[in-house]
Amino acid sequence: MHIKTFMATLLTTAAFGGMAAAQDLRIGLNEDPDFLDPAQSRTFVSSLVYESLCNRLFNTNTDMEIIPELATEWDWSDDGLTLVLQLREGVVHHDGTPFNADSARRVLERNMTLPQSSRRSELTSIEGVEATGEHELTITLNAPDVTLLAQLAHHAGRMYSPDAAEPAAERFGQAPVCTGPYQFAERVEGDRIVLTKFDDHWEADEYHYDRVIYQPIPDTTVRLANVRSGDLDIIERTAPSDVPQIQGDDLLQLFEIANIGYQGMTINVGNGPRSEGPLGSDARVRQALSLSIDREALNQVVFEGQYVPGNQWAAPGTTWYDERDPLPARDVERARELLAEAGVDTPFAIEMQVGNSPVAMQQAQVVQAMAAEAGFDINLRATEFATLLSENAAGNFDMSQQGWSGRIDPDANVHPFVSCEGGNNDQKYCNEQVDALLAQARAEPDPEARKALYDQTREILAEELPIIYLYHIKYFFAMRQGIEGFEPYADGIIRLRGVSG
Amino acid sequence: MSDAVIATPAAPVVAPRRKNRAWEKLKRNRSAMVGGIFVLFFVLLAVLAPVLPIPNPAATDWAKIRLSPNAEHWLGTDEIGRDILSRMIWGARASLMAGVVSVMIALAVGVPLGVLAGYFGGWTDQIIARATDALLAMPFLILAIALAAFLGPSLTNAMIAIGLSAVPVFVRLTRGQVMSVKTEDHVEGARAIGLGHLRIMSRYILPNVFPPILVQATLTIATAIIAEASLSFLGLGQQPPAPSWGSMLATAKNFLSQAPWMAIWPGAAIFLVVMGFNLLGDGLRDALDPKET
Amino acid sequence: MTRYILNRVLVAIPTLLLVTIFVFMLQKLLPGDPILVLAGEDRDPETIAMLREQYRMNDPLIWQYLYWLGDVMRGDLGTSLRTGLPVTELIAQKLPVTIQLAVMSMIFAMVIGIPAGVMSAVKKGTFWDYLANIIALSGLSVPNFWLGIMLILLVSVNLGWLPASGYESPWVDPVRSFQTMLMPSIVLGTALAATLMRHTRSSMLGVLQADYVRTARAKGLREKTVIRRHAFRNALLPVITLSAVMFGELLAGAVLTEQIFTIPGFGKMVVDAVFNRDYAVVQGVVLVTATGFILINLLADILYVLLNPRMRAAI
Repeated sequence: MHIKTFMATLLTTAAFGGMAAAQDLRIGLNEDPDFLDPAQSRTFVSSLVYESLCNRLFNTNTDMEIIPELATEWDWSDDGLTLVLQLREGVVHHDGTPFNADSARRVLERNMTLPQSSRRSELTSIEGVEATGEHELTITLNAPDVTLLAQLAHHAGRMYSPDAAEPAAERFGQAPVCTGPYQFAERVEGDRIVLTKFDDHWEADEYHYDRVIYQPIPDTTVRLANVRSGDLDIIERTAPSDVPQIQGDDLLQLFEIANIGYQGMTINVGNGPRSEGPLGSDARVRQALSLSIDREALNQVVFEGQYVPGNQWAAPGTTWYDERDPLPARDVERARELLAEAGVDTPFAIEMQVGNSPVAMQQAQVVQAMAAEAGFDINLRATEFATLLSENAAGNFDMSQQGWSGRIDPDANVHPFVSCEGGNNDQKYCNEQVDALLAQARAEPDPEARKALYDQTREILAEELPIIYLYHIKYFFAMRQGIEGFEPYADGIIRLRGVSG
Repeated sequence: MSDAVIATPAAPVVAPRRKNRAWEKLKRNRSAMVGGIFVLFFVLLAVLAPVLPIPNPAATDWAKIRLSPNAEHWLGTDEIGRDILSRMIWGARASLMAGVVSVMIALAVGVPLGVLAGYFGGWTDQIIARATDALLAMPFLILAIALAAFLGPSLTNAMIAIGLSAVPVFVRLTRGQVMSVKTEDHVEGARAIGLGHLRIMSRYILPNVFPPILVQATLTIATAIIAEASLSFLGLGQQPPAPSWGSMLATAKNFLSQAPWMAIWPGAAIFLVVMGFNLLGDGLRDALDPKET
Repeated sequence: MTRYILNRVLVAIPTLLLVTIFVFMLQKLLPGDPILVLAGEDRDPETIAMLREQYRMNDPLIWQYLYWLGDVMRGDLGTSLRTGLPVTELIAQKLPVTIQLAVMSMIFAMVIGIPAGVMSAVKKGTFWDYLANIIALSGLSVPNFWLGIMLILLVSVNLGWLPASGYESPWVDPVRSFQTMLMPSIVLGTALAATLMRHTRSSMLGVLQADYVRTARAKGLREKTVIRRHAFRNALLPVITLSAVMFGELLAGAVLTEQIFTIPGFGKMVVDAVFNRDYAVVQGVVLVTATGFILINLLADILYVLLNPRMRAAI
């Protein structure tokens, strides 16, 4: 009898447990962030935590245009070699030290010199940094680099207290000290990162929670179950297959926004002997493969029609998308013809390397079934993520299912993947014309002229197809009813400014 | 019993007679028979998979995604429109193969090592026994996960990983058995009349250590089937489009609320087949136990 | 006596050393380049070169092992390659979580397994005996990750009674801690309950036929008293010893359970680390688990001898 009542009480408390602390905001993340040192971070997900923990020099608006944050004004010299920043006044770090041009200089220098820093190659164009006033920072460049502002709007521009970071060296991430609206309280690896309100923040009034708790829960089903039960307030990156269910749930609200990256198949066109078969050496075979895929159907089957089918690195309808090359319809006939022209015997066996997550496998199996109708016999080789990366880098693949989370500057979405020396160019694609165009675009300040250069690159890439672009994901955010002021951003970062309830 | 053996050392050990008696005992054990029927059922399914009138387990149908069980698809369809019943039947092959092959690997490596250690003793024994202790100290599943990751995800590699992880159990068991058997009179006798090591091992030692190993092997098949499912669940086992119960569960977990049937069948199948092997193993243990009548 | 203990301890040392070699080799065997995982999506070449240097990936293997062993001897298990947090700190964070899970599972297993075993032995051959045996066998046969998924489906998704995942320290919020751990400990404890039931049953059957129980019966004591006072107590001893050993196995068995329920314990950490090729963490966790296992067994051996007069005489 007693036990029964006890159990009943427990279970009831369980159902309403989440409502206990109203001043806490619990956010469910898709992965556990890596280092919490802006100089060392290497993952996207850490940006979600940084957004509350560390302000950055520049932020972006909903259109992904660069806007001021800790840098209130910026001014390029005519030769594009000097950048002068006016910094926000009255900002203090969580340890009470003031934020000013000198602290910002020390942060940038640490980012460029710390042996463990992952920021160094992002900041290679910087010649020197100087505090030319109490709140004026002058950055001199060794060559024009229009991508620098975007870098300063990412990890490299996250400001922290140099007085705390310099002595801590590579261990700074264990207890980061920044300028953000929330300060670091506790981290339990794989479980939670707890931030508490920083009352001396320059915009403290805009932040309405006492504590923000980030909880990594990689399983999308479990993450959703947690927000439904009230154990979490907001979850990010909900699975598209769960979207209809969330829409039907009165207790939840759903936000969505298209991501700026892409998903596709990278084809080995020049990395070792595996690139020498018809797939790697004959563009017609790759065109046939691309034509055999019904991108709309792929989206419907695997992603409940929630994502955006695509054929370029930019998503249809976005700034950098080339409207002259719309989404191609599936054409199995033409694909067969192309294979015949290339003199390939069908069924033509190729291997596709895939990450071994259920969704990646599902997508790969759909591609496999579609391409089979055009005469491709795709063998799937599922590997763990770690192996996938090293196999790709070593050229041990015919093609590989891959994606990119996207950066706000277009250069970062194409240059690393298709320029001859690009850091992510696993397929070792190399075309001097493409390299020249991309270099030109990098130095071109006028957006329209720049777009024209990218369109020209796109034309070459669409012909040669070192990467077959398939779709663009969307970020879905689910949260309990009652949360107000939330706005989704295409970079997937949750901004808590003005969010309440 | 042992007197007769000493008198005619060249004659085979009494094993056959005991086996027959054991078989009689096993037949009378009702739960062991039930277990045997479970196992037989799944073995039949696995063997007959190619001739059964079921759809191709890899055939996709975009129009029939995640259908609940119905007249056409008795167990429903999965996330890309494949028939779950036919994937279950083909999946039985992967599970049973994994169970049997990995135990065979464990036997092939573990038993000889155990015999060596137990029979010769001394340094050979010290080295093998310490290495076994060290391996046994590492959690079975973690060892299997690490090995499977090392070998790369595939059904074959999962079987190797599970087999190798199960080796220490058989080494230890065999070693203990051999050590107790080798001091028995008939073995001492065989040695006294100058029989070679190999001959003594194959004629006198192995038949006597066989029964407990058979029991352990049967029970380990059960463990291995679960281990294979676990590895496939983590993405380290059977690779698509080939079906396996573990990988079906891994996918199903993403659709728990939309398509719960996807998760129910494979788990139930693992449960039944493992139960079958456990019942059979328990029955064998009772039947082969010389102490009980 | 002292000699026996000393001998046991001496034997444990080479075993431990072998464990360190296995643990180290295991990680070096893992394919995939940890550095590429670490370098993140941008894969900055300078970062890659720096990381290789920092983690001594360019040194010969034997030096890597000796460096590592030297650090281990000093109690330094290195820092996680992924988060930069010290491995000893991570273990200190995770171990209590897994121990809590193991203890709760143990309690669950004992509460279910021991009474069921006693009942089954006392009522040997009846319907209840068969039922208990069938349930126990089911407990041994059910894949615990599937049981976990089914429980989440039923209790969390459909009924909404308990949280599907997460963890709260019992010192912070005992009620919530209990709620989040309830399902996982049932899942993890099921197989153990079955094992305990079967052992209790056979141990109890043995005791019930023992002379002193017969004497007690002959003295005209009531059957209930006989069972409670004489049989049960004696039957329990081997079961308790078994439980101690099983506890070590529970720690290992937590791997998938923690994965399913997203519990930030030992098991989840090691699986995540294998997938992320976070060598330092895998090495640290396996080393600590294996050492713990060897020590528990060593203690159990010694205790067994100390408590058992006959064994003491034999040595």
